[in-house]
Amino acid sequence: MNHYTLWHALIGGILIGLASLLATVLSGKIPGISGVFGRLLVAATPDKAWRGIFLSGLIGGAALSFALWQSAALFRPMRPLVVMFVAGLLVGFGTRLGGGCTSGHGVCGIGMGAKDSIAATLIFVATAMVTVFIYNRMVL
Amino acid sequence: MKAGKLVLFLAAGGLFGTGLAVSGMTDPARVIGFLDVFGAWDPALLFVMAGAVGVYGLGMVILRRFDGLKLPSAGSSPIDYRLVIGSAIFGVGWGLGGFCPGPALANLGALRIEALFFVPAMAIGMLLAQRFFGADR
Repeated sequence: MNHYTLWHALIGGILIGLASLLATVLSGKIPGISGVFGRLLVAATPDKAWRGIFLSGLIGGAALSFALWQSAALFRPMRPLVVMFVAGLLVGFGTRLGGGCTSGHGVCGIGMGAKDSIAATLIFVATAMVTVFIYNRMVL
Repeated sequence: MKAGKLVLFLAAGGLFGTGLAVSGMTDPARVIGFLDVFGAWDPALLFVMAGAVGVYGLGMVILRRFDGLKLPSAGSSPIDYRLVIGSAIFGVGWGLGGFCPGPALANLGALRIEALFFVPAMAIGMLLAQRFFGADR
């Protein structure tokens, strides 16, 4: 487990798919992380309990994995903290405006063949690639 | 909600966080490596998505055969300005930071300083979008 391979990517993806399925059956909703988290911040959201517990599980599962496996714990910072702050603002605003992120649109929406999610994913992958291209060549 | 169900939600979250960490997607260098198509391209994210989308898509097809399960509708909402503009903005942030919401939260538990800057900003961004445009697309 300590030497990262593309098998890790595939197996990790399968775990994400299974986790999303389980959360879908339990909640009756599409359990995209941005939606689960974003609605936790709205006072009027009636079903806060499962959202908080699901995200606590996510944080705990990741922390346990970081402790167990070197390949999972690998973390290479890429950007200054001020850039991380701006990135967070854009990710938060964009995902709630667009109704989903990599999990809600990318995994669940595409998994169900939803055209809007396919469009959303193509758009955010494209603008992310353009952003990386510009940042890596003009800022660095 | 029954305690048993909440334990299952905890398990689902634990499985999700484990998947993110095992897949390497909590490492921003690997995500930015995938997005850097004109640099040293890293295909890992594609394998993660293939595994996740394949399992979820197949699983939903199977689950829909069972009556009595409450499942989200499979239909697409219209491709409107919110979807297009919002996704475009999200992509810029994703490319800037190398974090999307799941991996950012996963790294928050590990108290990584990047996540400690990113996640509160993400919450502010979400609150702004929900305040001015509503929580539902």
